Amino acid sequence: MTLQDRYPVALRLYPYRRSGDQDAATPVRHPVVIAGGGPTGLAAALDLGRKGHRVVVLDDHEGVGLGSRAICFSKRTLEIAHRLGPGPGMLERGVIWQKGRVFRERDEIYSFDLLPEEGHRYPAFINLSQVQFEKFLFEAIEHARGEGAEIEIRGGNRVDAIEARLDDIGIEVMTPEGAYNLEADWLIACDGARSPVRNMLGLGFKGRVFEDNFLIADVRMTADFPTERWFWFEPWFRSGDSALLHKQPDDIWRIDFQIGWDIDREKELKEENILARVDAMLGEGVEYELVWSSIYTFQCRRMERFRHGRVLFAGDSAHQVSPYGARGANSGVQDAENLAWKLDLVLRGLAPETLLDSYDAERVQAADENILNSTRSTDFLTPKSEISRAFRDAVLTLAARHSFARPLVNSGRLSVPCTYGGLPGFGPDRLGQPARSRPGAPAPDAPVNDGYLLDLLGGEFTLLGLCLDVPEASQVDGISVAGLALDDASVGDTLRERYLGEAPSAAYLVRPDQHVLARWPELDPDGVRTAIRNAVGKGGE
Amino acid sequence: MTLNLEPNMSDPDGFYEALLKAHEGLSDRESVELNARLVLVLANQIGDPDTLADAIEAAK
Ligand SMILES: Cc1cc2nc3c(=O)[nH]c(=O)nc-3n(C[C@H](O)[C@H](O)[C@H](O)COP(=O)(O)OP(=O)(O)OC[C@H]3O[C@@H](n4cnc5c(N)ncnc54)[C@H](O)[C@@H]3O)c2cc1C
Repeated sequence: MTLQDRYPVALRLYPYRRSGDQDAATPVRHPVVIAGGGPTGLAAALDLGRKGHRVVVLDDHEGVGLGSRAICFSKRTLEIAHRLGPGPGMLERGVIWQKGRVFRERDEIYSFDLLPEEGHRYPAFINLSQVQFEKFLFEAIEHARGEGAEIEIRGGNRVDAIEARLDDIGIEVMTPEGAYNLEADWLIACDGARSPVRNMLGLGFKGRVFEDNFLIADVRMTADFPTERWFWFEPWFRSGDSALLHKQPDDIWRIDFQIGWDIDREKELKEENILARVDAMLGEGVEYELVWSSIYTFQCRRMERFRHGRVLFAGDSAHQVSPYGARGANSGVQDAENLAWKLDLVLRGLAPETLLDSYDAERVQAADENILNSTRSTDFLTPKSEISRAFRDAVLTLAARHSFARPLVNSGRLSVPCTYGGLPGFGPDRLGQPARSRPGAPAPDAPVNDGYLLDLLGGEFTLLGLCLDVPEASQVDGISVAGLALDDASVGDTLRERYLGEAPSAAYLVRPDQHVLARWPELDPDGVRTAIRNAVGKGGE
Repeated sequence: MTLNLEPNMSDPDGFYEALLKAHEGLSDRESVELNARLVLVLANQIGDPDTLADAIEAAK
């Protein structure tokens, strides 16, 4: 089948170009091929490329798709983007927010603050269109290429067939100039919720469909609503069973209406019908322009396993959630980060291939957490029985009167990174507190001197000494461990509270993905060695 | 004991999910009956008559 766009392209960032591989007599072999150049694929390519690996990204389109998809990018995603380069640019371009308000009819019944404390480089969230987000990642890849990274994005290259073999993967690629073949040591499938790669391997994708339709509209208008997430249950303007209003850059506002299960799609998508709903919400005489609209139904599901031999699934191809919670793209970027350092060690021969099973275990745990939260929110939004509706209405009624019912109001629990728990490869925790920086947790940020702690961690294993000395650099079985010693004067109150608690000193071992691996009250060189061996899947040796 | 109308559940979302799950697959009548039994169980946990009277008022 020839190549055809399945959706319009907003930015043609990587137009099709003939590659030498297409003229090779035998299929050219690559260490890493990534199928799909969405947020997940681009983040994985950037991370692996910066670590010195040759990466080919195949995308069947020639750039970023047009349309309203992700807008809310979380603190953790921005921290990852900071390590990879484009974080500051995203922050500058995005609309910063952390507060949400929930209304029923006209009355505010609940509000939340996602980051009610100081001392972090990045805010709880920024809003930025997915198009812009992907563009930032693409530009960072261009920048890395300028510095020698071997990342190649091949637009107009569709993965049509794969053959998963013991030692490699055969990939058949379709281009505007016909088909060619490639071989890869590792294939990362970031080809989205409909994942052709998943289908080619005959793998399942089970879960739940929510019986409701959501009309998503982006409108351009100048308005002075605050930069908060505003959500209505049973809104007074009656444009849907629920509604959401959220600001994006460039005077664009995201509006969502929940419009029911039995609808006439064609009719609802007619511009006049969309405008009628928006008019009712914004009121008479408000000038605006409809930029984009679409109707979605939502699902929560995941693959049983994310690793299948030499094929690794990441992002929407592996798991899908409803957007109330902004857990889709954010978790895809976190998948990419979890996978990148592990694949890096495997490719360099410093860790056994079984390390990649920990990618599966950890990201399945994260996906389950996201699906759990997303399912609960969606169940609250679209009660599936009379009794669920009765409880929902009871919560909304009581929340207006009594504060106890407010935490039960669920219009979306927004993305936070998973604290890996109960999985092998972490520990020991000889410090015992504070809870928030325990092994498995993403290292909390904190101010250090003129910057932030997370700026100083990451990329490789780091041994962090707080009020104690650690070696500047060391190695464990060829794996480098950076040392960072912060003395009494550098450990401010916030850092102390988040990492020391009651303790006078501590040594933290942090993984390349900035998750805490182990911690001790004193430096324990043997403990560090064992912890790193455990973390890279060599625990038994 | 006074009636606590401030947030007091350590895992509100988990409780809500468990509550809906308990009702899954029940007929309307069965759901009403489950709720009735649940109210009685929770009332016994509270025990104090003044608090229970206040709870009834708060729910009205
Ligand atoms: C209305 C809406 C709102 C959302 N809001 C948010 C939000 O606020 N925050 C958030 O984090 N998430 C949000 N999401 C979810 C988010 O959009 C997705 O989770 C995200 O796009 C997943 O990224 P991905 O890279 O895994 O997959 P995708 O973005 O789907 O990318 C897959 C890529 O693979 C390519 N591809 C497919 N098949 C092939 C093939 N055979 N060969 C080569 N390439 C192929 C596709 O063209 C595409 O470029 C929202 C989604 C929707 C629908």
